[in-house]
Parts: sequence; structure tokens; C-alpha cells
Amino acid sequence: MTSSSVRLSAVTKSFNGTDVIKGVSLDVKKGELVVFVGPSGCGKSTLLRLIAGLETPTSGEIIIADKDVTYAHPSKRGVAMVFQSYALYPHMTVEDNIAFALKIQGRPKAEIRAKVHEVAEILQLDHLLQRRPKALSGGQRQRVAIGRAIVREPDVFLFDEPLSNLDASLRGQMRVEIARLHRKLGATSVYVTHDQVEAMTLADKIVVLRAGLVEQVGSPMTLYRHPANLFVAGFIGSPRMNILPATFAGSTADSVRIQTAQGSLIIPRKDVSKPASDKIQLGLRPESLSLTAPGAEAHLTGYVTLIERLGGETFAYVTLKEFDCEPIIIKLDGETAVHNHQEVALTIELKRAHLFDADDQALGHAPDFDPAQV
Amino acid sequence: MSQSATADAGWRKHLPVINAFMRYGILIIIGFMMLYPLFWMIGGSFKNNQEIFSSIGFIPKEPTLDGFKKGWETSTEYTFATYLINTMKIVVPKVIVTVISSVIVAYGFARFAIPGRKLLFALLMATVLLPKSVLLIPQYLMFREFGWLDTYLPLIAPQAFAVEGFFVFMIIQFMRSLPMEMEEAAVMDGCNSFQVLTLVVAPVILPAIISVALFQFMWSMNDFLQPLIYLSSVEKYPVALALKMSIDVTEATSWNEILAMSTIALAPSLILFFVAQRYFVEGITSGAVKG
Repeated sequence: MTSSSVRLSAVTKSFNGTDVIKGVSLDVKKGELVVFVGPSGCGKSTLLRLIAGLETPTSGEIIIADKDVTYAHPSKRGVAMVFQSYALYPHMTVEDNIAFALKIQGRPKAEIRAKVHEVAEILQLDHLLQRRPKALSGGQRQRVAIGRAIVREPDVFLFDEPLSNLDASLRGQMRVEIARLHRKLGATSVYVTHDQVEAMTLADKIVVLRAGLVEQVGSPMTLYRHPANLFVAGFIGSPRMNILPATFAGSTADSVRIQTAQGSLIIPRKDVSKPASDKIQLGLRPESLSLTAPGAEAHLTGYVTLIERLGGETFAYVTLKEFDCEPIIIKLDGETAVHNHQEVALTIELKRAHLFDADDQALGHAPDFDPAQV
Repeated sequence: MSQSATADAGWRKHLPVINAFMRYGILIIIGFMMLYPLFWMIGGSFKNNQEIFSSIGFIPKEPTLDGFKKGWETSTEYTFATYLINTMKIVVPKVIVTVISSVIVAYGFARFAIPGRKLLFALLMATVLLPKSVLLIPQYLMFREFGWLDTYLPLIAPQAFAVEGFFVFMIIQFMRSLPMEMEEAAVMDGCNSFQVLTLVVAPVILPAIISVALFQFMWSMNDFLQPLIYLSSVEKYPVALALKMSIDVTEATSWNEILAMSTIALAPSLILFFVAQRYFVEGITSGAVKG
């Protein structure tokens, strides 16, 4: 099975004068699983449909396996797609569903049979081959849809929110299955989802989209640790990053001094230039905050207003003194003894703190981040 | 007091049964009244001519097959079989071309961005409202120019152009309920538009197609006016004309023969309806998408 890269250069798409994709350039390497994420309406599905050939770009080029396929028929691009609604053919058995593309290609019957059975075995569908789609469960239908894609041995797999129709437990199971399948086949894949957990767990590379533009491209951990702007910071990670207002109060080569409603903080941060406006934003992930240990320095104080115990971990909502902002969420160990209305002191893991300027762009970067590597 | 309460409760316990009994009773009575003419026709076809008018019941006192025997021979030089075959020669091609043309036109309307689609669709709908009799004279003149009079072509050929707006509309509605993703999947699998229609869409909308075929079959079986206008030789007459003819020609009409032949004429439609009935019920689209 050959795997090859997808390249988009300056692709745009307008529907009736509305720009949905506003110039996207992107490179997908061989064997990579790239995930497009973004809120609904950000154009991620449209971008996938452009790659699939179900839509034609208004301008720009799409290159798959070193061939310009910008205007090629979907079946001539070496791509296969798994749809959100599965889109199985209801009047055909599972076997015929999987075999359909090969039949259209006019392959010999014996070859089709062998291939279908091979695929069915990979996906554990052997015992269901003679069933109709309506006699299958959601997960089984999803596997048939994937089988229909695999059997064509495409250069690139396209997944359009394939798990969003499944219930939570099945979704987790299928996610693992897709990850395993990807490792086994090693095929280039483009995967669209609005679920950041799926994006984090499956992706080699995440593309965050907003309003038809790429916000940031990078590995899941890069996006998590070093978001380029406030949007990416808020979108990746659950619960969301806490954002606190602050004022810029000077910087050195590897640190920034900021002023908050509860006093000043020194944040280790490299390559910070003085922002246009002194108003900046401090971003703190729930897990980089902790209850201040005896003897340690407290950075923030406040009152607990709500506690969510999930068993293994506990989320505490803390309303900070003096601050004019939403309660912040901190992630604690499951057994931590906290109660409502308790006054707490919090310690920030300062090297994991994020800073954004008034235009929501990241201010400098964390000391352990090497921009040259990305 | 308590005794009357239990008695009351005992009566109420049977309420659902009484309820059902009354509902079904009324339905059966009305159903019987509606179907009585049909029963009477079938019963009458086994009676002799005098008995038909002398009793109102539909069960013949002295059942006889005379009506069928004589009716089958007809008063013409052809047997009734000729007329049945003639009907099929009209109806079968008519149904086939209707289904093919209606499906193709509906697919075009439902899935392709044709310039002026809205206007064309409005025109199509307007033809549904147009009284058919308006077309009789211009069509007659046109087919006379073609030299098609006294052939089956004027009855069949127009149907190849999806002239029944109602059928096209019905299929369009059915197609609109189909998920686009299924057709997109077929396109990705390598189908061209025609293959998408024949291999994926048509099998899925089979219930609608069968409904169209069935309607067209029944309407064409019953059609009296068009054959009357275009056919002049008796050897080409369909059943509808043949039945009417046997009323005209004989001085004293043998009603039992007519009833017997009407019963036979009714059979194909009835049989087809019961065979196809399950397709109306069976929702073949379920399972295409989640649900």
C-alpha cells in the first residue's frame, strides 16, 4: 500500500460570495494522520470535501501524490472517505457495500472476493458479510464504512467526523481501533473532528482552523504546551485554560514581570518584546495550578465555589480575590480535601504559564520551547 | 354501596373489549358497504341473466359459469383473450417508459443545478393542474400528422417524456429525503451520475418506483377515453373498449357476461396490488444513515 502526501497551496472556496476557506496552505507528509479541528462553521469539513473532490476550490491548488488533482474526479484522486453518517448503501449487503468500488472499477470477481474477505477480517466483519446495514449496530456500520474505504487501497484516507454519531463508550473504543488501524496500514489520513480529545489522541499533527483560516499547525503536545494564540489555547485542552487579566511591567532576556490584581509575578518566558498595549492576559491550565503546600510561596488566593469530583481527579472552581473575572478551574487529586467556601492559596507552576497580548497572540514563548524545531 | 362499586369496576374491566368490538364493528360494516358493489359484481358473474335483476343479494342461487363461457367468446370474432393481450400491449410498455422517464427527470430536478430549475419545476407542476381534455384535440391532430392513428404509439410514446408531473413530483419528494452523503460515497467509489442513479438511488427509492408503476398500471387499465379516440379497428381494442362494445352491439345486453368479463378485467390490477403491497410498507431506506 503506497502512502503519499497531500499538499494544499493557497486554497480558497466561496459559496455564493461567502468565503468559507480563505487561503489555506498545508502539507501532509506520507503516513501522517492529520486532524483538522475547530468550532462548527470553521470550514474544516469543507476543506476535507475539497481534498475529496466533492467540492472544487475557487482558487489554489490541491496536490495528492505529486499529481495536481485540483479539478480531478473524486475517484481519480486516490482518496477514500468515511462519512459521518456512514452513508452505506442500504439495499446492499455488507459484502456488496465493501465490494462496490471494486465492482465499479471492473475488477475480476475472484480478486474482489479475496480483497473483501481480507478487509472483513481486519475489521472483524467476517460473520456479518451477508447482513444489510439496517441489521447492524452503530459501531458495526462504522466499521463497514471504514472497510469500504480500506478495500480501495487509497493513497489518502479522509474521515469526516466518523465518531460523532456513536455513543460515548463506543466512541472511545472506535477511536482506539482507528488509531490501531492507522498504525497497521500506515496510510496518510486526514481526519476532521470538533472533539479535541479525538484530535489530541489520534493526531500526528493537528491543524486548528477558525473562520476559514489556519490558526496553528503542530503536534498535539506542541499545541497544548505552546499555543500560538488565545484561540488555540482555549480550544485545545479540557477543561479550558483559565485566562486572567494582567498588566505588562517589564521583561528581561528570559522572564517577564507582570502585575495582577493580587500583586506582581515573574514568569519565565523567552523572546518577549514589549507589547503595543500594556494590557495582557495570563493563561493558566487547570493542572498548572495547585493548592499551596506548607512553606511554599502562594501566588493567588480565593474561595472555592464549586467542586466536581470525578473520582480520579477533582476540579475545584475558585473565585479569586480582587480579580474581575470568571472563577478559575484547578485540577486536583481525587482525594484532595477541599470544601465549598474554603479559602485557598494557590501556587502556579510558573514555567507552564502562558502570556497573550491584547490581540490574543502569544507573548514570547516558554523557556523549554524551541521555535526552530517546529 | 361497596357491592355496586365492585360491579361497576367489573363492567369497566371489559371496557377495552367493548371498545374494540364497537370500533371494529363499525369499520367492518362500512367496509362491507363500500365493497358491496364489488361483491355484487363477482356474485353476479355467476348468476344467470334473470337472477341478476330479480334479487339484491350477491350470492347466486344457482351458480353457473355461463357468463364466463359466453362472455369469453364475446359477440365479436375475437375472444376476450385478444382484448386482454391488447391491454397488456399498451399497459406494459407504458408503465416501463413512465417509470424510466419519470425517475430520470426527477433525478435531474432533485440533484442538479440546472439553470432555470425553479421555472421548469413550476411549469411541470402547472401541467398537473392542466385538464387532460384540453390536450385531446391538438394531440389528435399531431398524431394524425405522424400517421400514428389506430396504433398504440399515441398511448405509449408521450409517456417517454415524463408527462405525468404527479409521478415526477412524487419521486422528487422521495429523493429529497435521501441523504446526499450516500450519493457522494458512490461518487467517491467511482460512479458517474448515471451509475449513481441506477446502482444506488433507484434501488433505494424502489417503493416510490413501485407506487408509480402501480398507479400507472391501474390508470392505464381503466383508461377508456384515449383508446376510444386513437383506436379504430376492433382487433386492437383493449378490455375497456371491448366491455363497452358488448353493451352496445347486442340488443338484449347479457349482463352476466359483462360482469364476468369485468371480474376478469379487474384481476390483474388486484393481483399486482397485493403482490406489490409489501413494498409500500417496507421502509427500505432505514439503515442508510444512523437511525
